[in-house]
Amino acid sequence: MIPILLIIPLAFAILSLLLPRKWTRTIVIPGLILQLGAALILCLTIYTEGPQDYALGDWQAPLGISLLADGFTVTLLALTALIAALCAIYALFFLERYNREQFYFWPLFWFLLASLNGIWLAADLFNLYVGLELLGLSAVGMVALTSERPALKAALDYLYAALFGSLAYLAGVALIYGAYGTLAIPQLSEMVAGNITTQVAVALMSVGLLLKTAIFPLHFWLPPAHGGALAPVSALLSALVVKASFYILALIWLDVGALAVTVSAAQLMGALGAGAILWGSWNAFKTPQVKMLVAYSTVAQLGYLMMLFPLAIGVSEAAATMAWQGTILHLLAHAFAKAAMFLSVGTLVLAIGHGRIADLGGVSQHMPMALFAFGLSAVSLMGLPPSGGFNAKWLLLQSAIQSGQWHWFVVIAGGGLLTAAYVFRIFRVSFTETVRHEIQATHPMLQLSALLLAFIAIGLGFASEWPLRLMDLTGGGTP
Amino acid sequence: MGVDLWYALVGAVIIALSVFAFISARHLMKKLLAFNMMGSGVFLIMVGLPQHQHGVDAVPQALVLTGIVVAVSATALALVILRRYVRSGGDPAP
Repeated sequence: MIPILLIIPLAFAILSLLLPRKWTRTIVIPGLILQLGAALILCLTIYTEGPQDYALGDWQAPLGISLLADGFTVTLLALTALIAALCAIYALFFLERYNREQFYFWPLFWFLLASLNGIWLAADLFNLYVGLELLGLSAVGMVALTSERPALKAALDYLYAALFGSLAYLAGVALIYGAYGTLAIPQLSEMVAGNITTQVAVALMSVGLLLKTAIFPLHFWLPPAHGGALAPVSALLSALVVKASFYILALIWLDVGALAVTVSAAQLMGALGAGAILWGSWNAFKTPQVKMLVAYSTVAQLGYLMMLFPLAIGVSEAAATMAWQGTILHLLAHAFAKAAMFLSVGTLVLAIGHGRIADLGGVSQHMPMALFAFGLSAVSLMGLPPSGGFNAKWLLLQSAIQSGQWHWFVVIAGGGLLTAAYVFRIFRVSFTETVRHEIQATHPMLQLSALLLAFIAIGLGFASEWPLRLMDLTGGGTP
Repeated sequence: MGVDLWYALVGAVIIALSVFAFISARHLMKKLLAFNMMGSGVFLIMVGLPQHQHGVDAVPQALVLTGIVVAVSATALALVILRRYVRSGGDPAP
């Protein structure tokens, strides 16, 4: 069952390159259904039978490539399939007016999906590297789709950051292999000692992954890339792609290199997160472009993910578990909310023809659904109840109290206020009466898919138990 | 000092030099060259360092081969985008 999740997107990627152009769009829906079905079946299998691994070609771990599916993995697989499906439906309608771009979009979309699935399922450090590189290349291709000069520049900056990041990661992998003679994660988590080689390796990998996750102050490439791309691309990049490198970072800090990391290093990671929250929110508050506002909001929200390290390292087990659960919920809620936000903002931009916030006046009367989707996702991002974002922040705050780390409590609570400050800029303008621009009609499916994503982000507030219970099914390894 | 450490040291020096070049160079083409050099340094460590355990090891050779394929395709993509960018009037040395 496990390899099917890699075979489906790869097969559809190649099909959409080989088949005549008019077929590229037709095969999207069947592919999405297959992918979503396979992810759900795997979820059920893991839920009933427990974690599973799979050795490709029957070659066992040190030599062969093994794939591992536990509760956490399948949660991420399902998240990926669901968000990708909704973004793809949006893209089917959104890209109608982009004739040339849409034929390049679909192969890249499927490759992106394949590499994400590959990263979630990988059970060794080198496969993670290959997954990261494939992910980076397809994401860069998507950013460059329109081949206008700003998009190309953003794609180049993104590509260079991604390449530099992966090489730094690979250098760490080389040191780990040199020291321990294996790259399989289950073996490494038993062997790795807290010596200087491991620490240098973890440091190298962390720098690379921080760059790829766009954590402050290494976030310079993200706003132009995410804010300048086409709306469905921005949604996929902000919701899923940056989470992949964070996932690897968490895996290295809490599992593989757990003995090598120190409490002060974890506090430093938290400080970077706090910097991201402040700097991202401040820039989101200042920018005149609505898509850049959402992109800077991603920079800020990624900062919350970094709270995992100070809240989970060097504290009691109860506090660490809460921090871990809160981080996962934040990852899921942010993925849904940010995808919804980029898609709804994309529809607004399409309707008024450009993206200046000042010109959004009057859209509340003409496009209530898109604005409603934006509002719901903003509720989750701010962490207001009831929403997935609220439960995530609640768990993080409780964890901070339990371990007595009041400074992080202030950062997490204050971040919500900052989020409110920048999202209310949109509401203030859009509810004014005066329409400053001619508003063009857009396809209702565009607003619907954004609304559905936003509803899921809110619904996660009622169903948080689900992913958390599924996540508990680890095969050892992750705490 | 064993052969394995020599490889690792030379690799580290190459990486350090190319990181410096990657950060200090302004021309995007020079940055791309620096990236490729940095890759060579990483591959040298990858093949050289594990030798201290049981001689020449096949696994890192296979890994490096994959790494080279990835680096070549990344370079190709970078070249295509860079060329498009320059043709559309962009400055290659911003």
